[in-house]
Amino acid sequence: MTRPYVRPVDFRHGRVDMTHGGGGRAMAQLVDELFLRAFDNDWLRQGNDGARVDVPAGRLVMSTDSHVVSPLFFPGGDIGCLSVHGTINDVAMCGATPLYLAAGFVLEEGFPLADLRRIVESMAAAAKDAQVPVVTGDTKVVEQGKGDGVFITTTGVGIVPSGIDVSGDRARPGDVVILSGTIGDHGVAIMSLRENLGFETAIASDTAALHGLVAAMLAAAPGIRCLRDPTRGGLATTLNELARQSGCGIALAESHIPVRPEVAAACEFLGLDPLYVANEGKLVTICPPEDADRLLATMRSHPLGHDAAIVGEAIVDPHHFVQMDTSFGGRRVVDWLTGEQLPRIC
Amino acid sequence: MKYIDEFRDGALARRLAAAIAAEALPSRRYHLMEFCGGHTHAISRYGLADLLPPNVRMIHGPGCPVCVLPIGRIDNAIELAARPGLILCTYADTMRVPASGGLSLMKAKALGRDIRMVYSSADALRLAREHPDRDVVFFAIGFETTTPPTAVAIRQADAEGLANFSVFCNHVVTPAAISNILESKDVRELGTVALDGFIGPAHVSTVIGSEPYEYFAEEYARPVVIAGFEPLDVMQAILMLVRQLNEGRAEVENEFTRAVTREGNAKAKAIVADVFELRKTFEWRGLGEVPYSALRIKERYRRFDAEARYGIVYQSVADNKACECGAILRGVKRPVDCRLFGTACTPENPMGSCMVSSEGACAAHYTYGRFKDAAIVGERPQEPANA
Amino acid sequence: MCLAIPARVVDLPEPESATVEVGGVRKRISLALVDGVIVGDYVIVHVGYALTKLDPDEAARTLATFAEAGLLPEAVA
Repeated sequence: MTRPYVRPVDFRHGRVDMTHGGGGRAMAQLVDELFLRAFDNDWLRQGNDGARVDVPAGRLVMSTDSHVVSPLFFPGGDIGCLSVHGTINDVAMCGATPLYLAAGFVLEEGFPLADLRRIVESMAAAAKDAQVPVVTGDTKVVEQGKGDGVFITTTGVGIVPSGIDVSGDRARPGDVVILSGTIGDHGVAIMSLRENLGFETAIASDTAALHGLVAAMLAAAPGIRCLRDPTRGGLATTLNELARQSGCGIALAESHIPVRPEVAAACEFLGLDPLYVANEGKLVTICPPEDADRLLATMRSHPLGHDAAIVGEAIVDPHHFVQMDTSFGGRRVVDWLTGEQLPRIC
Repeated sequence: MKYIDEFRDGALARRLAAAIAAEALPSRRYHLMEFCGGHTHAISRYGLADLLPPNVRMIHGPGCPVCVLPIGRIDNAIELAARPGLILCTYADTMRVPASGGLSLMKAKALGRDIRMVYSSADALRLAREHPDRDVVFFAIGFETTTPPTAVAIRQADAEGLANFSVFCNHVVTPAAISNILESKDVRELGTVALDGFIGPAHVSTVIGSEPYEYFAEEYARPVVIAGFEPLDVMQAILMLVRQLNEGRAEVENEFTRAVTREGNAKAKAIVADVFELRKTFEWRGLGEVPYSALRIKERYRRFDAEARYGIVYQSVADNKACECGAILRGVKRPVDCRLFGTACTPENPMGSCMVSSEGACAAHYTYGRFKDAAIVGERPQEPANA
Repeated sequence: MCLAIPARVVDLPEPESATVEVGGVRKRISLALVDGVIVGDYVIVHVGYALTKLDPDEAARTLATFAEAGLLPEAVA
C-alpha cells in the first residue's frame, strides 16, 4: 500500500512535533517512512492495529519492558537495540523461544528525527539478527519537557518447549550457579558517559540477545532450574531474588566471577562494586549439579558465553542470604542493592 | 591493576592472619579503632574480621565525613538548591542522606531542584564557566584528603574572576576527631571503651603526613599505625599494632610508606592554608560540638563562601532518641547494640549517620556482616563470631 | 574515607594536568597539588586530583614485609 506524500520526511534536520502523534497524515507518513521501512515485514505492512500471528502449540510466555536509558547512544549500542535485546532476553529467561515483538514509542516534541531514525534502524537490525520480528507498534508524542527524548516499551511473546520448566523458585541446595560472562560492562559504559565522570577509554555495553545461547543451554541441560539476566541492580540483586524465590541461600566464590580489567578499574575510580552494576548481555543459571560441567562446556562454546564460569552453589539457609568467599579469604554477605548505586568519594 | 591487586593477595592475607594469630597474646584483648571510613569499608568488604583471632576486635571510628555531617547542614544545602536558578553540585555520597521534613538531596532533585552529582570540584568550576548567568554552589565535604581539591577550585575561581561560583564548606579535620574520642568520658575516665590503638587514615595522611599523630601517641599513650587502603595494608597495620602493644610501645608507625611521609604534601597543605582557616567549633553528627574541628573559607576568599553570600543560618537538628550513633561512632557500642539497627534503621531507611553512608559502621555491618549475627551458615561449619 | 587509587601517568597534555591510566582505563586529572610528575610515575588520585606520587621502592618493600610475615620465628606456632 503506498501513500503519496507531498514531501518525504526530513530525517536530516526535522524534529518530532505534536502532529506526529496526532493520528493523522503526518503520523502515517512517519510510520510508513521510518517504522515500516526499517522493520520491513508483512504484518506491519498490513496496516492493522494489531498483528495476527501463528503460534505453535505450547505454553505461551509474555514479557514487557520499558526502556528509559540515558544517554540514548553509548559504546556498544543504543536504546533501540537495548529494547529489542532486553525483551527477547526476558522471554528467553522463562525458558521460551521468543517469537514476536511489539514496540511502543513515546517521543518528546523536538526530538531530532535523525536520532529517531538511528534508533529505529538499530532496533530493526537487532530484530533481524535475532530473527524475532517487530510485528506491531504504537507511537505517541508528548510535549517538550515531558519526556527524555524517547521512551520505548517492548513486549515479547514466546513458546516454552515441552519438558522445560524454568522458574526462579526452583533452585535447590546443591544446585550449581553458572554465570555466562563478565559483569559490570553495561552499567560502567553508561555511567562513564555521564558528563562528570568522563573516562577517555570507551568501555562498551555488552547488550546482546541471549535466546540463541539459552536454546543451546536448554538443549544440553533440559533440567535447568533457573535463568535470569542480571540487569539493573546487577548480579547481586538477581541472586538475592532467586535465593528468596527459591527459599534457599547462595554461596559464591569471588575469585570465580569474571570481570574485565577495564570495568574493574572504572569501578575502582568511582567506588562501585561490579556485583551491583547492570548487565545487558549476560545471564545467570542454576542447574542440577550433574548437569553443571556439560552446561558450562556448552556455554563456553557459544560466542556469548565464552567467559562462562561456575561461580557458586545454592545452599540451605533459612535467611536466604547470598554469601561470598572473598578472593581475599574472608566472607561477606552480598546484600540487596540499596537505592541506586552511586559513585562515591569516600 | 598495579599497586592494587598485589595488595589484595589472598595467600599473603593468610600469612598475615597466621602471624597476627600467633603474636596476639591469648591473655589480653586488642581493641583497635580504624578511624577512616574507607578502612571500615575495606574491612567489611573483604571480610577481614574473619581472618582475625577473637581477641582482636576492630572498632569503627567516625572517619566518614558523610556520616558526621549534621542534618542541619544538609538542610542548608537543600535550602541553597531551592534558590531559583541555582545549581548545587555535590559528590554523590551526600545524595541520599535523610534531612529534615522527609527530604534528601535526591528527593529535592525529584522535586525539580537543579542538583548535580559531580566527581570533582573541577566539574563544578566547569559548570560555573558554562552557565555564567546562574549561581553555582559546590557542596564541599570531606577530611583533609578532599580539602585540597576544594582549595584549588577556589583559587582557580579567584584567578578567573568566576563571580557565579561559591563553595558551601563542610570540610572537617582528623586530629580533632581523634582527640574528641580520646577525650570522651567513656574513654578517659570510665574506661568503658578499651581503645588500645588506632589505624590511621591512608589518604588523609598523604596530605597531612604522619607527624600530626605523634601528639596522640604520646599524650594518650596509644600506638598509631598509618595503613594503606588495601586489605593487606590493614592487616599489616593490625600486626604492627599488636606488636607495639605487646612490647608496651606507643609510637606512630607508617605502614603506608609508599605514599605517606612524615611531612605529607607540603604543597597541598600550603594551598589549603591559603584558603581555609579553622572554625572555633563545629557540630559533628553523633559527637556534638567539637572545637577546632572544621574549616571555613578565609576572609580573602569570602566572596566564594556560600554561607556568607547567601546568609545561610545553621540550625541543629537532633537525631532520633533511640539512635545510638553517637555511642557507635565513639566505639562504645556496636551496631547490633542499637535497638533500631536492622529494624527501623536500614540502608534504605537510615535513621542516623552510621547507616547513611556505605562506610558507616552500621551500614557496613548491615551490608556485609549481619549474616554472622544470624548465626547461620547452611552446610558450612560454624565460624566464631568476631567484631 | 577518601577513595583514592594509584594510577600511572601516561601523558602530560597541559600544565598541571595529566592523563592517567588504571587497568586500561584512562582519565584526565589535575596535578595542581603535586610537583615534578613525569610520564611513567604513579600517583594517588582522589576526586580528579593527584594527591601524591607513589614510591615504587617503598611499595616493593611493603610487599616484601607482607611476604615475610609468615616467616618470622614468632609466627611458627
